[in-house]
Amino acid sequence: MRSQALRGQYALVGMAESAVGVVPDKSPRELCVEVTLNAVKDAGLSLADCDGLITCNAFAEPILYHAEAVAEYLGWQPRHCVTVNTGGGTTFMAINMAIAAIAAGMADTIVVAMADSLRSFMTRDQAMVVQSSSGHPHYEQPYGPTVPAYYALIARAHMDRFGTTEAQFAEAAVSCRAWANQHPKAQKRELITVDDVLQSRPIADPLKVLDCSLVSDGGAAVVITRRERAQDGPHKPIYVLGYGEGHAYEHISQAKDLTTSAAVLAGDAAYAAAGLTPDQIDLMQLYDCFTPALLIQLEDLGFCRKGEGGDFLASGVTRPGGSKPLNTHGGMLSHCHPGNPGAMFGLTEAMLQMRGAAQARQLADIQTALCHAQGGIMSSHATLILGVEETL
Amino acid sequence: MTRPTPIPTPTEQPFYDGCQRGELVLQHCNHCQHVVFYPRTHCDACQSDSLAWRVASGEGVIATYTVVRRGVSADFPAPYIIALIDLAEGPRMMTQIIDAEPEAVSSGLSVRVDFESWSDNITLPVFRLLPVQVP
Ligand SMILES: [Zn+2]
Repeated sequence: MRSQALRGQYALVGMAESAVGVVPDKSPRELCVEVTLNAVKDAGLSLADCDGLITCNAFAEPILYHAEAVAEYLGWQPRHCVTVNTGGGTTFMAINMAIAAIAAGMADTIVVAMADSLRSFMTRDQAMVVQSSSGHPHYEQPYGPTVPAYYALIARAHMDRFGTTEAQFAEAAVSCRAWANQHPKAQKRELITVDDVLQSRPIADPLKVLDCSLVSDGGAAVVITRRERAQDGPHKPIYVLGYGEGHAYEHISQAKDLTTSAAVLAGDAAYAAAGLTPDQIDLMQLYDCFTPALLIQLEDLGFCRKGEGGDFLASGVTRPGGSKPLNTHGGMLSHCHPGNPGAMFGLTEAMLQMRGAAQARQLADIQTALCHAQGGIMSSHATLILGVEETL
Repeated sequence: MTRPTPIPTPTEQPFYDGCQRGELVLQHCNHCQHVVFYPRTHCDACQSDSLAWRVASGEGVIATYTVVRRGVSADFPAPYIIALIDLAEGPRMMTQIIDAEPEAVSSGLSVRVDFESWSDNITLPVFRLLPVQVP
């Protein structure tokens, strides 16, 4: 969706989040069903008003035809029904595919819904193995890399090249936790310090456990439709201003550049489509699977210069009260990370902030938000820029 | 759990045959001279399918590394060192650095290939730090 012609033509009109963290009473499929129904209701619609469903498969309950199974569970026959799997980037790629489907006349109003239960429906070891299976089966996995280890390779490269410190990575976790402290549903809420992060259990040097995102259950859904259909709902529509993708490689050992990611490409395309620059973004909702990933995205998406992500985070601007609010729900580091649905909560939080419904953590006058997600090991990137009516 | 063990495709077989002999072999593109890793049917620089296997020097430099403190499974007792190596011929590969103290490892150090038997018919390349040269 590079074309400026699409700017403001599609809107998010409904959203729902399940309980997150440890949610043992519902399977991933049941969570997906729950958030689908609640998002439709939030939009002031019924299932009969919606004719598309896009989902993502769940690690903890894989289903061959996932979206069809969710629709069947609901007794719903949407005319467009598809499962997308691009890892952590799925959230925003699914939004883009929903827009493309609506633009192509395949549906008018689409629900994008995702849920997984890495915490309650898998053992911790199962979750670790299934996630590390993204490594190349012949040229990476035999050496025993974990997902934190893949990101640790990137972190070390950034430290070597730019002098970034472990304390600067830790600032990302401290900032996200400070926001989560204000979110009643966040999985981890107690405030932490840089020292707490540095002293936490080593996982894969230089990453400690508090540099790593959570292992969670949870799901979220949004409803997207054309601008013309978006005016009658109970909430103010949140418009898609721009979208972009960047795909550099699949396996980290094939990365041409360890410290600059294809987030640059995704961001450039999204900014161009939205007609905005980084300094015009009021709220950043980035993909904080690990603290170095967040730091590199801040650089690659133009919020600071390359190599200066550590200083940017350490300055405190991303924390509550700062001028550059980042992951105001607490991010995947502190709110929740149920796997592929992780970035959905960055999106729903952006919608809440733009609606003025973010309660204790509500920011003043959020008109634009940039949401970013990535799949693989900083491999494939998707950037979504949102705006309220006044930005059109 | 058992540790992941490659089942080579016909394209990859010469690489694993080399490892069994104690030789690191890499594909060289006959069209653009690019050195290809991992093994492929086509050059990833020019997409030519004219590739020739040649024995590599086995030398390289650590591009980046991590000391894994929590192993991926019981088959991988921590700590162990995973690194990306920039081979002298150009390509980058993931490996383990063996027989090294974690504190002794840093990016930029020179390493040399060694081979570790993985299963009855699979041997994998691993790397060792080169002894520090005293002038
Ligand atoms: Zn070539």
